[in-house]
Amino acid sequence: MTLLQAQALLPYFVLSGGIALLLVLVAWLRSEIVAFAGALLVLFAALFALPTAFEAGAQVVDGIVRVDGFALFFFGLFALAAAVTAILAFRYLPARAAHRQEFYILLAIATLGAAVTASAVNFAGFMLGLEVLSVSLYVMVAYPEDAKPPLEAAAKYLVLSGAASSTILFGMALIYLVTGTLAFAYDGAEIARNDRAILVLGQALLLAGVFFKLSLVPFHMWTPDVYQGAPAPVTGFVATVSKGAVFAVLLRYALDADLFHSATAGSMVVLIGVLSMIGGNVLALLQTNIKRLLAYSSIAHMGYLLIALLVAGAPDGNRDLGVETALVYLVGYFAMTLAAFGVVTALSRTVEDAEELGAYTGLLWRQPVLAAVLVAAALSLAGIPLTVGFIVKFYVVAAGVEGAAWTLVWALIVGSAIGVYYYLRIVFAVIKRPTPDVAATRTAWEGVLATAALGVAMVALGVHPTPLLELLKAMLGGG
Amino acid sequence: MILLAILLLLAAGVVAWASERFIGANAPRWVSLTAFAAGLAWAAFECWSGAADGLYAAQSFEWIPRFGINVILELDGLSLLLVALTMFLGIVAVVSSWDEMETGHGFFQFNILWVMAGVVGVFTAMDLFLFFFFWEVMLIPMYFLIAIWGHENKGYASMKFFLFTQISGLLMLLAILALVFFTQAATGEVTFGYAALKNAGASLPADVRTWLMLGFFVAFATKLPSVPFHTWLPDAHTQAPTAGSVILAGILLKTGAYGIIRFAVPLFPEASLDFAWWGMLLGAASILYGGVMAFSQSDFKRLVAYSSIAHMGFVLLGVYAFNEQGMQGAVMTMIAHGFSTAALFMMAGALQQRLHTREMSRMGGLWKHAPRMGVMTMFFVVASVGTPGLGNFVGEFLALLGAFKQNVWLAVAATVGIVVAAVYGLHLLQRSFQGEPNPQIEAMDDFGFREMSVMALMMLGLVWLGVYPQPVLEMSAATIAGLGVLP
Repeated sequence: MTLLQAQALLPYFVLSGGIALLLVLVAWLRSEIVAFAGALLVLFAALFALPTAFEAGAQVVDGIVRVDGFALFFFGLFALAAAVTAILAFRYLPARAAHRQEFYILLAIATLGAAVTASAVNFAGFMLGLEVLSVSLYVMVAYPEDAKPPLEAAAKYLVLSGAASSTILFGMALIYLVTGTLAFAYDGAEIARNDRAILVLGQALLLAGVFFKLSLVPFHMWTPDVYQGAPAPVTGFVATVSKGAVFAVLLRYALDADLFHSATAGSMVVLIGVLSMIGGNVLALLQTNIKRLLAYSSIAHMGYLLIALLVAGAPDGNRDLGVETALVYLVGYFAMTLAAFGVVTALSRTVEDAEELGAYTGLLWRQPVLAAVLVAAALSLAGIPLTVGFIVKFYVVAAGVEGAAWTLVWALIVGSAIGVYYYLRIVFAVIKRPTPDVAATRTAWEGVLATAALGVAMVALGVHPTPLLELLKAMLGGG
Repeated sequence: MILLAILLLLAAGVVAWASERFIGANAPRWVSLTAFAAGLAWAAFECWSGAADGLYAAQSFEWIPRFGINVILELDGLSLLLVALTMFLGIVAVVSSWDEMETGHGFFQFNILWVMAGVVGVFTAMDLFLFFFFWEVMLIPMYFLIAIWGHENKGYASMKFFLFTQISGLLMLLAILALVFFTQAATGEVTFGYAALKNAGASLPADVRTWLMLGFFVAFATKLPSVPFHTWLPDAHTQAPTAGSVILAGILLKTGAYGIIRFAVPLFPEASLDFAWWGMLLGAASILYGGVMAFSQSDFKRLVAYSSIAHMGFVLLGVYAFNEQGMQGAVMTMIAHGFSTAALFMMAGALQQRLHTREMSRMGGLWKHAPRMGVMTMFFVVASVGTPGLGNFVGEFLALLGAFKQNVWLAVAATVGIVVAAVYGLHLLQRSFQGEPNPQIEAMDDFGFREMSVMALMMLGLVWLGVYPQPVLEMSAATIAGLGVLP
């Protein structure tokens, strides 16, 4: 390892070293506040190491990871999301779990796994990161003791996600059989005609597993149950960081392996994208549980994101615009999803989560700040201007029009039109006149502060997105 | 200055919301009133200081350079007329709902101010992205106004309003993006600027132009609204609180008309010319349909709502007549309709507040109790049906004149609509204020000074437009000539 490579890996070292330290510390000093503050400190230390790592330029380390602007951008995004999750969980967990120290360490480990996944350039890095992420998540989902729904959700997630991981592994094995390399990139010219079928089969299995993790239709069955059963802050983390990491590695793989060179993969993605956008939005219409509603909405959003993947990867597409769109979209998606789950968390002080839409009736007149954030998040998810949701939807439509992905763009228009209805149902519930019998809920100030910050970020990015775009340009251009 | 005016309204919204908590329940409406008065004064100042190069004010700076998106705000004759109308109707809206609701004054005024800020943005934006941005900004506060302070069926009405506008807006967004990228393919430059896109439009293939024009047209025709995209309007207008109805009918409908005049037609002149017959047909159909439906209503507010569809039909008819008179008639109708319908909705709100009903069968002979309200209703009904000497007549006459040159039969059909208007207008007046007094109503408060003063202002406005329309016609003439679509 050269010095430059070490410099590029600095944030990863900081994060993993910090985790090791915290593990020792927590074994010795059973203090919740130390674990919480320690995890935040480690996450922010890793964030501060990012500029240094970026200065090292794009570095490939042992063919496993490539640390470039793309990977570091995701690192930062994941670390920020993890910090928000930690803050949200701090007052949420005490009512539900007796031993809370390890939760924050698991959170940091999951973040490390996600960051490795997003920087992988071969199957070893891919699998390593993915499993570190997933295994931490199983525990985090099941974290509340004595409560059945989280346990049920964790069992479901463990079995199905495990199955998806093995599908991915099998796909990797088949691809390795043909290409003879674990790296994403391979020399297509050297592959015999007879082996092509095996390669396509391997890629199809890999994609199926990845689509499962992204919960795209028809691999979405687990999503609503896991979203509903998992503790609200963990749901937010699964919805953002886990999906973001898997999408990042999918994007990398698609570009490195020139996945859409064969038209089959392209039409498969188009089909799945259309199914997800329409299916996710239609199924969301039927929900009265806000966690399940957000689960279906996230299915639709992942479908929108496939437009960026296709534009980036298609032979006649626009690679730079596609990657940029994906990253911008994920930033917006992270902000609005975390904000929505932040409000759910902040309102769930008792053992039961505030999941039913009825619990939000008249929120505006009881908790104006949280209500404003939830309204902003709902409008942002629906793609209404003044919020970041509009900017990112604009980006996706612009990329789709530029890349002539007309089928997907039409599906997006239809899907968004359906989506407006159920997002507005949230808004309508929130602004309704309160019924006098609803007791005032107590909320944690730091949770309110964190969600309010996300709300401000959503509006600020919606009105003035240029700084974010400049940052992205700098990071992608340099990487 | 234009951006400052928009920011003034936005900031006033926040101040109004906060003032309820820190000063008192009375403060928000005074904040709001002051902001609109200041806005009106600004519009008057711009008018007085005169135009340079057809523009009363203009400013531009970079916004999202990544996509060639700039903040370009321009105030030409047409924009200035509509901005002044917006500010004035803001005052009317605040006054008309002065003591309508018990709670939530601050948030109510916040929404009114933010709708109007969005509207001013729509009337001045000269960058298609910015235009779309404001187009959607005015949507959410309006939704809140209906959904929170609306009448018995507010949930249904507000949702329908939002869905119609949002879905048609998405079509427009798609059309805007397609226009930009087709232009980029032709010129190599990504820009959302109005001037650049207007010039580049001619280089597109004919069928693409037609589809894009339809994308814009559907969005604007939904807002206008024109048959067959009108079904949201009767519900939204009827269920909205008085201020909401005044804003919806007085101003929001005009954004649809403005969009057709400013964007749909000039961006795609050839495609619009091919479409002109259909546009006039939809206009004539709206006039007749709106009139007949208005006549068959028993709800005071719903009747006025349907009459709006009919009046907006004249706008469509005038614009697609593709001549000077038609366009002028459309603009004149927009402004006159803003006054007359705002007044009638204010009347409907006042009646509902006093009688707790909008059913005309439960009114009758109200003139006896409230002669001032009766006189006002009569005046604005007479104005609304297009009686010579008042603003609506000038607008409708010019629109019909323009249409007659193009297509005699459609013009004749539209003229029949004026007769229908007289029928439903007098029907409204007779059933509510004239006839046998309803024995169930023993007394009713008449209009006070506050209501009478805004009513008087609107009367003056209509008389002025009807007797001496020349200044308004001159102001809009420059804009219409600048569109570059008339032969």
